Amino acid sequence: MDEKLSLQKWIGLAQQKNISFGDFCVELQAKELEIGEDDLLQRMEAMLKVMEQSIASGLSGTKSMGGLVGGNGKLMDNYRREHTRESIVGSIMSKAIMIALAVGEANASMGRIVAAPTAGASGTLPAVLFSLSEARGIDMPVLAKALTVSGTIGMVIASRATLSGAAGGCQAECGSAGAMAAGAAVELYGGSPKQVGHAVAMTLKNMLGLVCDPVAGLVEVPCVKRNAGAVAVAMTAAEMALAGIESVIPVDEVIDAMAAVGSAMSCTLKETAQGGLAVSPTGLSWANKIFARS
Amino acid sequence: MNIFDVIGPVMIGPSSSHTAGAVRLGNLALAILGEPIKKAVIGLHGSFAQTYRGHGTDLALVGGLQGWATDDARIPKAFEEAKQAGITISFEIINLGDLAHPNSVKFWLTGVDGKVCNVTGISIGGGRVCVTNIDDFPVEFNGEFPAILTMHNDRPGTIALVTGILSGQGVNVAQMKVFRKQKGGLAAMIVETDQPVDDAQFYAIGKLPHIESVRRIQLG
Repeated sequence: MDEKLSLQKWIGLAQQKNISFGDFCVELQAKELEIGEDDLLQRMEAMLKVMEQSIASGLSGTKSMGGLVGGNGKLMDNYRREHTRESIVGSIMSKAIMIALAVGEANASMGRIVAAPTAGASGTLPAVLFSLSEARGIDMPVLAKALTVSGTIGMVIASRATLSGAAGGCQAECGSAGAMAAGAAVELYGGSPKQVGHAVAMTLKNMLGLVCDPVAGLVEVPCVKRNAGAVAVAMTAAEMALAGIESVIPVDEVIDAMAAVGSAMSCTLKETAQGGLAVSPTGLSWANKIFARS
Repeated sequence: MNIFDVIGPVMIGPSSSHTAGAVRLGNLALAILGEPIKKAVIGLHGSFAQTYRGHGTDLALVGGLQGWATDDARIPKAFEEAKQAGITISFEIINLGDLAHPNSVKFWLTGVDGKVCNVTGISIGGGRVCVTNIDDFPVEFNGEFPAILTMHNDRPGTIALVTGILSGQGVNVAQMKVFRKQKGGLAAMIVETDQPVDDAQFYAIGKLPHIESVRRIQLG
């Protein structure tokens, strides 16, 4: 992959062909993998099924390996069922928060998940996809196409920047997951290819600079809750894009800025557990307790 | 990279480097030994030594040594399964030095038919791994292709004889690397191929002059 991928280029091509970005991505990726479009969508549906199972497993009362997370997805689920009229963020986002926490907790407790784009950021995409699919009665084949949009966005970010917290901080993991989810959300709501690009750009702009500072080096605190935070940013960006709001900075340039910010970030803030929340007094005390057990 | 590197892999959490990568390192060590494992001593270095419990790295390594995939739901129960299969496992905290990768593991393995070997590997991120040492011989390969590993005497023509046998059966060499400790001494060669190497080729290579041992490394 010598030449960097460009989301702007692909958005332009989809516009020229006058097709949705989802249709464009399915055509592009099927060709790239040398498989039929139906095969591609079937493989995406298989990923969606694993995501669905991981939601259920996270809600079934998990306890993480390090013992720092577990049960919050369930708390969120109980709350939203009991307070259907009073939700601050509304029922769709409330459900999305629940899913993000549940999948994050499933991951932290050795559940089976889809790393999309990574294990630590695996809650955000299922959260956005399944909360919207429930709200709009969207079926699996349509969801599979939206997931193809997400994957295509992720490939561009991997090409121009990185998807790894160790290389680029949490902006590269939860930030990218949010951007991939925002693009999928716009696609599911009938937005144009250009609007997909703006949603991606606006999500990343709001996640820029987010550090990776896991307590005790584990994928638990703050990772699980950051998946929920990324959901909120992604949905906000998608809503703005669908309203016709545009990112002043073009999407490829935002991704490039993320790469530059990631490079400038201190190593203490890139998954090494040597900065941020990891070295807060409480973070350190948890780390000591966990290492004493090992 | 393709789209399923981004939407995937399906894996047992929580960490691609400390869990999924650990499974793959176990898979590779098993393939290098070349028979089911009876006894494994597993040395953990650096970040692996510090955080293995919280990441389930120990369970993932033991699952990998039993030949399981990174998404095998039995991984959280890998110790019980190993015990039932009669495999003895023990862990040690080791120090491979300041230059070693923080996610390093060294296996000392004994197989059911008495084969022994030691394997060192590193998990380099995103579930990708690299074997860096076999039987105290520095090597470098990742198991993405079927491979042949020879220990041989560093003599002219030995490499050509090996590749000759492979090409004779239409096996294409994808990549190959040769390592030696000193000129004319014991050397190692990793030949990664596009096609699997069949039994006849494998035995023929073992019978070549100057070949001390040959291993066939193929992941499921």
